[in-house]
Amino acid sequence: MAEKNNGVSSNTTATQPLWLLAEITYQCPLQCAFCYNPTDFDKHTQNELDTESWIKVLRQARDLGAAQLGISGGEPLLRKDIEEIVTEASSLGYYSNLITSGAGMNEKRIDALKDGGLDHIQLSMHDITEEINNFITNTKTFKLKQKIAAMIKDRGYPMVLNVVLHRYNIDHIKEILEMAEGLGADYIELANTQYYGWSLVNRDQLMPKKEQVLHAEKVTNEFRERIGNKMKIFFVVPDYYEDRPKKCMNGWGEVFMIVTANGDVLPCHSARVIPNLEFPNVRNTDVKQIWYDSPAFNKFRGTDWMKEPCRSCSEKENDLGGCRCQAMLLAGDAESADPVCSKSPNRHLIDQAIKDTENPGLEAKPIMFRSNKNSKKISEGEEKERLAKFHALP
Amino acid sequence: MTIKPEDIYKIAPHHRFQWEKAQDCYVILFPEGMVKLNGGAGEVLNLVNDNLSVKKITEELIKKFPDADGIDKDIVGMIEMALEKAWIEKTN
Repeated sequence: MAEKNNGVSSNTTATQPLWLLAEITYQCPLQCAFCYNPTDFDKHTQNELDTESWIKVLRQARDLGAAQLGISGGEPLLRKDIEEIVTEASSLGYYSNLITSGAGMNEKRIDALKDGGLDHIQLSMHDITEEINNFITNTKTFKLKQKIAAMIKDRGYPMVLNVVLHRYNIDHIKEILEMAEGLGADYIELANTQYYGWSLVNRDQLMPKKEQVLHAEKVTNEFRERIGNKMKIFFVVPDYYEDRPKKCMNGWGEVFMIVTANGDVLPCHSARVIPNLEFPNVRNTDVKQIWYDSPAFNKFRGTDWMKEPCRSCSEKENDLGGCRCQAMLLAGDAESADPVCSKSPNRHLIDQAIKDTENPGLEAKPIMFRSNKNSKKISEGEEKERLAKFHALP
Repeated sequence: MTIKPEDIYKIAPHHRFQWEKAQDCYVILFPEGMVKLNGGAGEVLNLVNDNLSVKKITEELIKKFPDADGIDKDIVGMIEMALEKAWIEKTN
């Protein structure tokens, strides 16, 4: 329930944040075609928070209840102060996770991180073949990833592999799972691409066909049955092929908070695409105030903001209307139902995207890799034609 | 697995058990997850975390909650659940 107090909206029944994601830099040596980072990230690369500010953020969020910390980016290891930040996080009682491509990791750093109390490392992997790995990241990083995986295992960290699935690697799912087993992974996240940021720009090229998705699910289930508890497998479903939306972020402003490289605080990874929302910044506002009182965090809490068909839907509590950013990007209205929902008047937009997976002409267009150069191009409005069907894509 | 009085368990590797002031409960943290434990489960795992045997845990909790009926069965039930979830493992 939101209350008005001196003109400031304060949410008195909001839950506490449990997860803090620190997107500590937008710089990355890899150029993954499916990156969810904002397409205009080049605008946010100049003004990164310093170490001291990050430590202040960690303390404030921990006081508020955040217990899981993800240190991500970009590539977080490009920052020289990750060891210092991890050490502080550990002493505050966070369960800390470094989310990395492996670039920038070496023996010395992995030991220092262990000494600092880092709890686990999530390493991105792309394929069993060097060719696809190097193609989709636009870098020669296949051997590096194999090396870092071995290093993670050797140092006794839980090994969490993250593999983003798209049409180029999804048919290798069995081999990918076998590779993970061979590397001794404790967890593997098979994350079907969600279409935000760069992956939305490249949706025609990345989106698998329905039969590819069904095959991947079947193989994953068989593998899971065989391997049991030895390796936990998370399969992030491709929402386009569902008829109900995901309960995005487990609800807006419910458990999750992202602090970006420049200090903006977001309720979800792509919230910046929603127009007329001003995101508070940790440089001038306390995290507690941001979580409970900021208009941005209160905007889509609960169900009061909903329009039809969500408002009167008997399932509204199950998915809270799905993803606000997806509603904005595809339907041009952040308050509308997620177009994935079969009850949405905009479901045809998803059906068209599925139909387009059968159109080789669309796939044949070149991928736009996540590079500073391409980011600059998009910011300067050079790619208008390609982006025309999406709304508010920065 | 049958739980025996002399069994000693510990929090499984890659998991962390701690008190969360903001949540006012014990939690288990692990890669990609956190479970808030209800009062009873939190009490049991707190003693597991102190390397006590099942027998000793039962004695301690009977002392703490003398009026609770069937507490021994509840403790075994919670240990079985924690084992199944792979939050704890046997040490002896």
